[in-house]
Amino acid sequence: MGSNEDSAQSVNGSSIKITDVTQDGDTLTFAITSQKSSSSAGVCVFRTYEDFEWLQQGLFSQEDVPGLQGVIFPPLPSKPLPSTSLSQAKALKQLGFLALGDEWMIYCKALELYLQQVAAHTTLSKSKALYSFLNSSESPGKQCGKKGILNRLSQAMEEMRKEGHKDVDEFFQSERDSSTNLSALFKLSTEKFLDVVLNKQRLALACGHFSTSLHLCVNQDNPTAVAFSKICLKLSDIIEAVKINYEKVSDNDISTLGLGLDLESRYQEAKREMLFRRTCKLVELETANRNSERAKPNKKAIMEGVQKATQKEFDIISSVAKQEIEHYHRDRVSLLRDFLICWCEKQLSTARESSALLSQHLDACKKFAV
Amino acid sequence: MSLGSVRNPPPFLDSEDQEPEYDTGDLDSDDGEEIFTGTSNKPFVSTPPETDPSSDIFSEEGSYTVQKHTAPKTNGVQSDEELDLFAEATVELTLTAPNSRGRKEIIGPTEPLSTTVNTHGKLHVANTSNKPSEEVEEEESGDTFELNIAVTNPEKMGDGMNAYMTYKVSTQTTLPAFRSKTFSVRRRFSDFLGLYEKLSVKYNLMGCIIPPPPQKSVVGMTKVKVGKEDPSSAEFVEKRRAALERYLQRVVSHPALLQDSDVQEFLEREELPRAVNTQALSGSGFLKMINKASDAVNKMTIKMNESDNWFESKLQEVENEEQLLRRLHASVDSLVNHRKELCSNTAMFAKSVAMLGSSEENSALSRALSQLAEVEDKLEQLHQEQAFSDFFTLTELLADYLRLLGAVRGCFEQRMKAWQRWQEAQSTLQKKREAEAKLLWSNKPDKLQQAKEDITEWEAKVGQCERDFERISSTLRKEVHRFEKEKCRDFKHHIVKYLESLLRSQHRLVKCWEAFLPEAKAIV
Repeated sequence: MGSNEDSAQSVNGSSIKITDVTQDGDTLTFAITSQKSSSSAGVCVFRTYEDFEWLQQGLFSQEDVPGLQGVIFPPLPSKPLPSTSLSQAKALKQLGFLALGDEWMIYCKALELYLQQVAAHTTLSKSKALYSFLNSSESPGKQCGKKGILNRLSQAMEEMRKEGHKDVDEFFQSERDSSTNLSALFKLSTEKFLDVVLNKQRLALACGHFSTSLHLCVNQDNPTAVAFSKICLKLSDIIEAVKINYEKVSDNDISTLGLGLDLESRYQEAKREMLFRRTCKLVELETANRNSERAKPNKKAIMEGVQKATQKEFDIISSVAKQEIEHYHRDRVSLLRDFLICWCEKQLSTARESSALLSQHLDACKKFAV
Repeated sequence: MSLGSVRNPPPFLDSEDQEPEYDTGDLDSDDGEEIFTGTSNKPFVSTPPETDPSSDIFSEEGSYTVQKHTAPKTNGVQSDEELDLFAEATVELTLTAPNSRGRKEIIGPTEPLSTTVNTHGKLHVANTSNKPSEEVEEEESGDTFELNIAVTNPEKMGDGMNAYMTYKVSTQTTLPAFRSKTFSVRRRFSDFLGLYEKLSVKYNLMGCIIPPPPQKSVVGMTKVKVGKEDPSSAEFVEKRRAALERYLQRVVSHPALLQDSDVQEFLEREELPRAVNTQALSGSGFLKMINKASDAVNKMTIKMNESDNWFESKLQEVENEEQLLRRLHASVDSLVNHRKELCSNTAMFAKSVAMLGSSEENSALSRALSQLAEVEDKLEQLHQEQAFSDFFTLTELLADYLRLLGAVRGCFEQRMKAWQRWQEAQSTLQKKREAEAKLLWSNKPDKLQQAKEDITEWEAKVGQCERDFERISSTLRKEVHRFEKEKCRDFKHHIVKYLESLLRSQHRLVKCWEAFLPEAKAIV
């Protein structure tokens, strides 16, 4: 993606696919195929979640990238919890929508999107870690990676104070404010949507119970009883159709809007983390400025040196951040758009199918002679 | 027991008004395609009723809601029912029923409404111009009568704990037994219970299946009395109103009950004397009564010698079916609750999306999100309506039939009691005969005369009991047969209603998605 010395090595982002997942006890292994942008030859590798974490660490700890802290890193989904070890409730808490769906399909999709986003990023796609991840036949996760400067942001108390630190740049201040606001709202919406989807699944289950109970109404003693049995069986079929409809509807929800909202929520977090890193740098800069001003003559030169270096870092980070934010805004809108359209189309198609089926049932019922 | 068995379209309603107004124009209305009738039986779309004084409550403007697509259950006389209830009416009733006068009154003054019984045992309610032994087919001749009942306009009277609800009971009929063609009265819940009490006293011993009244509910009524204006008390009132309507419709769909003077008085008379002793007769009281009867039967020392196996196996069937319906009722109940939950969850989601939409900076995305919030609001409404439909179409149907099956079981118990009385009379007769024989031996002529009189008296009683038992048996048999047919029709009718409401929901859903798609595509 883009012209660089390693163009022969660069991967075609959209070609990255997770084609298979196998579960062995508590470990999931993902089969990942990809193609280089220069050739059509494909590569397939097998990775576990540790490998993904290794990749993310690798991206965080790239040394030769100026303003790395200004990059919005594509968010890696949380660790998958195979249902053998934990109840569904815990899985839902950890993974949200990614815990739903059959056979880890949604989770794989999220991982796939993560890799595609990394590969699409002008800076990150050049990372050796990515290349290694996608091509090396050995599992790279076993190597002890360097601890990056940017671990998963666990904010200690003093760090939290910095979050509210006033910005020197209006653009960034407003970005920070809207980020905080939107991030919370998206998180809330995602949670509420999850509630709705789980409710639909419960409704489908209840329909199933009802339908099964109706099947027990079989009595062949006399013609009227036979007729009554037939009516009950008909209702059973109808309720079964309702159940299947709800299952489809919730599947549609999960695989489109659910996934989209989840992704958007996590991306919002990633953006917030980047802005926070920049804010931390700002605090560092302002401290350096103060130190420099107050420095005694013998230390002044050193302090000024630190101050200049910090200023430079901060400026690069800010310029990278600005670019990142612009890309982010553009990309997320298009991503949400795609998910919303897909969701709507799927639900529309399911609703039409259901309509047709119920219509058939209705015709059959009306003709039913009693 | 059906609300939609075969009837003529009521002649006094404009047939144009029959068309229900659905949102989706392509959904057909039940305008005669059902085998039942051309009457427009509307789905139970339930919202708290608002009074609409100008509208004819029997037209589709709704007997009980403002939603356009509702209408009362129309009801016609079951003139095609197979029932020779009155086959040997006069003689037996004078002896069994204390208010046989009531029976005679029907046959007497309501002269035009002569009941005819033909050789095939069909009851045909005709006017005087018909020949007495005319046979009729299932399809209506032009001379049948109509009776439509609606229960509407609940109103709270009084204050505090003495408050009560009254309901407007409106009747439209061509039956000459009534003074006018259209009339209405206001009744309160205890009046309905009082009606049931009177009917069950009269008909219990005859083997007729009397529809049980709706349940009493202390909790529900207290909320209403206290004056809480919340959706749950409105829902309670609506649930009760619908139940009272179904109750009356079932009552008048029974050919014997339709002609009962108490029923007619209930429908017609301005002021009814306040019914007392209604405690025992609703809800748990009703069930207690039934169970007491079965306990009594179980304690019978003389085991019933069932000459006809039909009764034994039918009773078993009834008990099995009760169990089944109970399970079904629980299933549907849980379904309704899940749907209500879905309603509130959808509403919360819609709210959160609306907040998103207003905070979102990208204008097209913001608009799409706001549209999405509106879509979800519509979905919530759909879920709500579907929940009501589930409830009123299915849950209440099952609950009604659970009570009806209880009533059927009660009739079986009554029959066994009649048998018991017959056996006891026989054994008393036997004792009297033995006493007479003893007297013959001991030669006391004056006491002999008394003994002979006793024997004659008890012979007559035995004969009476036997006839009673035969009558109740044959009536019960026919009643059960009628009941089963009605049940079939009722269930089918309601399933069709339910399907129609599901289909309507789906159509509206399709429209929602179709409207949203361009909005989503417009995001840039």
